[in-house]
Amino acid sequence: MNQAIDYTAILPELILAGTIVLVLVVDAFRAPARKWMAMPIAFAGVVASLIATLTLIGEDRSTFGGAFVVDEFALLFKVFFLSVALLVLMVSFRYFRDGHFYQGEFYFLVLTSFLGCLLMPSSRDLLMLFISLELVSAPGFVIAAFRKSDPRSNEAGIKFFLFGVLSTAVMLYGMSLIYGLTGSLNLSEIGRALSTPLPPGRETMAQAAILFIVAGFAFKVSAVPFQFWAPDTYEGAPVPVAAFLATASKAAGFAGLLQLMFVAFPAQYEFWTPIFAVLSILTMTIGNFVALQQRQVVRLLAYSSIAQAGYMLLPFALVSANPVINQDAFAAAVTYILIYAVMTLGAFAVVIAMAKESRGLLITDFAGLSRRAPVIAVAMTVFMVSLAGIPPLAGFWAKFLVFQVAIQRGGIGTALAIIMVINSVVSLSYYLAVPKQMLFVDGEHERPLVAPAMVTAVAVLASVAVVAVGVWPELLAHFPPLSTLVGQ
Amino acid sequence: MTWENSAITIATLLPLAGALVIALVPRQYEKGVRALGIVFTGAALVFAIAITFTFDYGASGLQFQLNTSWIPAIDARYHVGIDGISLPLFVLTFVLSFLCAIYTWRVVPKPGKTKAFIGLMLLLETGMAGTFIAFDLILFFVFWELVLVPMYFLIGIWGSSNREYAAIKFFLYTLFGSVFMLLGFLAMFFNSDIGGGVHTFDIVQLQQYAASGGFSHAFQLIVFAAVGLGFAVKVPMWPFHTWLPDAHTEAPTIGSVLLAGVMLKMGAYGFIRIALPILPYGAQKYAPWIGLLAAIAIVYAALACLAQKDLKRLIAFSSVGHMGFVMLGIATLTSIGINAAIFGMVAHGLITGMLFFCVGSLYDRYHTREIAEIGGGVMQKLPYLGGVFAFVAIASLGLPGLAGFWGEVMALLSSYSPAQSLSTPLFRAFMIAGGVGTILTAGYFLWMLQRVNMGTLPEKWKAEAFGDVAAVEWVSWVPLLVGIVVLGLFPSLLTDVTQAPVNSLLGLFGA
Repeated sequence: MNQAIDYTAILPELILAGTIVLVLVVDAFRAPARKWMAMPIAFAGVVASLIATLTLIGEDRSTFGGAFVVDEFALLFKVFFLSVALLVLMVSFRYFRDGHFYQGEFYFLVLTSFLGCLLMPSSRDLLMLFISLELVSAPGFVIAAFRKSDPRSNEAGIKFFLFGVLSTAVMLYGMSLIYGLTGSLNLSEIGRALSTPLPPGRETMAQAAILFIVAGFAFKVSAVPFQFWAPDTYEGAPVPVAAFLATASKAAGFAGLLQLMFVAFPAQYEFWTPIFAVLSILTMTIGNFVALQQRQVVRLLAYSSIAQAGYMLLPFALVSANPVINQDAFAAAVTYILIYAVMTLGAFAVVIAMAKESRGLLITDFAGLSRRAPVIAVAMTVFMVSLAGIPPLAGFWAKFLVFQVAIQRGGIGTALAIIMVINSVVSLSYYLAVPKQMLFVDGEHERPLVAPAMVTAVAVLASVAVVAVGVWPELLAHFPPLSTLVGQ
Repeated sequence: MTWENSAITIATLLPLAGALVIALVPRQYEKGVRALGIVFTGAALVFAIAITFTFDYGASGLQFQLNTSWIPAIDARYHVGIDGISLPLFVLTFVLSFLCAIYTWRVVPKPGKTKAFIGLMLLLETGMAGTFIAFDLILFFVFWELVLVPMYFLIGIWGSSNREYAAIKFFLYTLFGSVFMLLGFLAMFFNSDIGGGVHTFDIVQLQQYAASGGFSHAFQLIVFAAVGLGFAVKVPMWPFHTWLPDAHTEAPTIGSVLLAGVMLKMGAYGFIRIALPILPYGAQKYAPWIGLLAAIAIVYAALACLAQKDLKRLIAFSSVGHMGFVMLGIATLTSIGINAAIFGMVAHGLITGMLFFCVGSLYDRYHTREIAEIGGGVMQKLPYLGGVFAFVAIASLGLPGLAGFWGEVMALLSSYSPAQSLSTPLFRAFMIAGGVGTILTAGYFLWMLQRVNMGTLPEKWKAEAFGDVAAVEWVSWVPLLVGIVVLGLFPSLLTDVTQAPVNSLLGLFGA
């Protein structure tokens, strides 16, 4: 069955795919000293893709038989992913150039992963979702192990890979069961098929299938009990890769999860909201309490991302029969993802700036940074305080939106809100550990920190964004409610 | 934008603008930065004084109002205003901040970093002033939390030996109370209905909704506990006070002055502005408990002061006791009681702010806060400093004729005959406890003066060449000293301002 492909709808992806091939080819023909040129080419390609995405704003397109959809939700996430891609490229440049890594290959792989991220919010089909998920993860397995001679990097890649394929296998099984039950792979059609009550045996099978599919995505977003890979992978991988995994990769997982739960499975909410409640509570609590023990910055940020994933899972637990609450929960989740990614990317940028200081950066290595690099110290303080959720920074509004919809829901929402506030207070003590070292403690020496200009630029840009959204949340909060999938 | 609707916003945001300007000044212009600090706090003070002159003391309701859209996505508006209850506290913020900026001209505690020090102080001033003018729950919360970060850094960087512990304890403790307060605010929002199922964060509208009986009794009991927890930690009420001795003792001088002088008032103000009017049934049910905790605080703090060896820690505990009188006044739910509370807050701000200035100056010279180390004889070595210290200590213990007396006596008087719905014998028992506390307060202050001011000067200090009160110190202290005497002799200056709005607030009660 041949259908016409809507090339305008997939133009951003096509441009990015072309860039990916170009990067690899250029790298093959360049002298070793010039291999860094892959990055500007990658950067230009991402910018072109971003422009193409912006031209699609306001359009509603669907292609590949309804498997690939371009609507406000997809466009919001595409613009977001491409912006994050630009920032990730900027922080990776000097790290990979000076570290004698394979550069062209790295940019090839990371852009491929971003291609998967671009596909994810447009995927309204189980097969398409699987492809996007694999496209996001598979390059990740390789770039996590990019530091070939470092056993920790190899361990990071292997752990990520084994966990990843196991979760994907379970997810595929669930997807096949859903196909068997509903006869369709399209998310909207599945939603329609499942909205009529099924015979009892089949209802149980549908629930089991939902559980399996959620497990696959729970791995991606590092929810407990699927989070064991995250700290070791973040620690062992090259730091820009950890930054990528913590922000874009996780956001892609959430984008997929949002589409699944709100388009395909909204009718089964009575089954899966308690499961998400448990996931959320476990993830935030374990993430926070283990983070308190950490001495290494990257591991601290890894557990912090795990805990933040717990906060992002909370809106899923609030879904009910009330469409207003569902829309608010959806908007809260999307806003939180966007704000979280900016804060975490900024924090990782600061870590990359410090990366030359020592391998395995400890929190105590930040001592006296306020004298050595005041701009970076202030930026890191902004990120840490924002991640803890203190006004008037962006992280507070992200948490506030979740509290608001939780209290609005009442019942389990109130209990979840109370658990989340207690977790937020607990998290403050480890988030403040880094500013404490930077500002209160004197360092061993006062040599100024030499950080790559682009890394500092990313850190400053992200901190300005965090403060701007914190003081005027309408800047960001305006958009997610317009990009809702609820009621479609 | 007229004077009427922009004055208080400008006054509140001027220090923030100052902080941004100071961030741009190059590091080497040390004196210039200190001068800028004085300029900006002074300018804000000028605005505040102008507001007191253009304030209509006869009118009821909010003045200088501004109500514009801020975050439509969550229904939060930028609603600010001022009335007779918030005006004294609002002005107190600017007065104390200005005097702190002048005090900083002479000494910035180690490790220096003047830019950051003054910048954080200005940011703190904006947060404190904003809390007193906010009439939208979310706006109130943002300003409330805004003061935590600058104070954490002020204590943690410029504090004394145990500063890191004190700073994190302060932050975590206060944050813990605040987050429950936020959940309470959200609950109030979703339960409010100003017509057509529309919710509101606006304090004025919530007060009207509550007055019409909108919130159920069970709801009020739960939400008052949540919101009250946040305010209680800030006041601080016993037993949530344990963050205060460490925070006050370890903070630098101006940190302690602003913390004791203004920040503690935010908690009691929150009770008067939000908890009491919007949750009147909850207030009535919890009032005996608040009174009990207040009475315990008065006596406990006094006993703790008697045991202190560190001068600054002694003053810190005295703050707990004074706020106990404030909360006792509030707990009685009477006009006299709430007037007593506001008067007590202003008086405490002037007096205890002054006490921390004295202790700070004493530490600058002696480099110790231990009473035993100081040894006595301060009156001989530094007659003016000793004299001022004695004057303020006696004002703090409530000598009639000085400001401290009226807050205490009105609180006790209101406790003699509390609101009709409350148990009179219970509150009279609290009154007796308060009386005992007053005697103990006098005891510990006089004993402290005896040990510090009087007696013989130890040998080791005789040779030291530190000077008496410097000119800069006089400039920053005289307004407070004059204020203490003036308020003591003419309390009506303040009660006339607060009387009418307090009465209308209690009218909302129908108590």
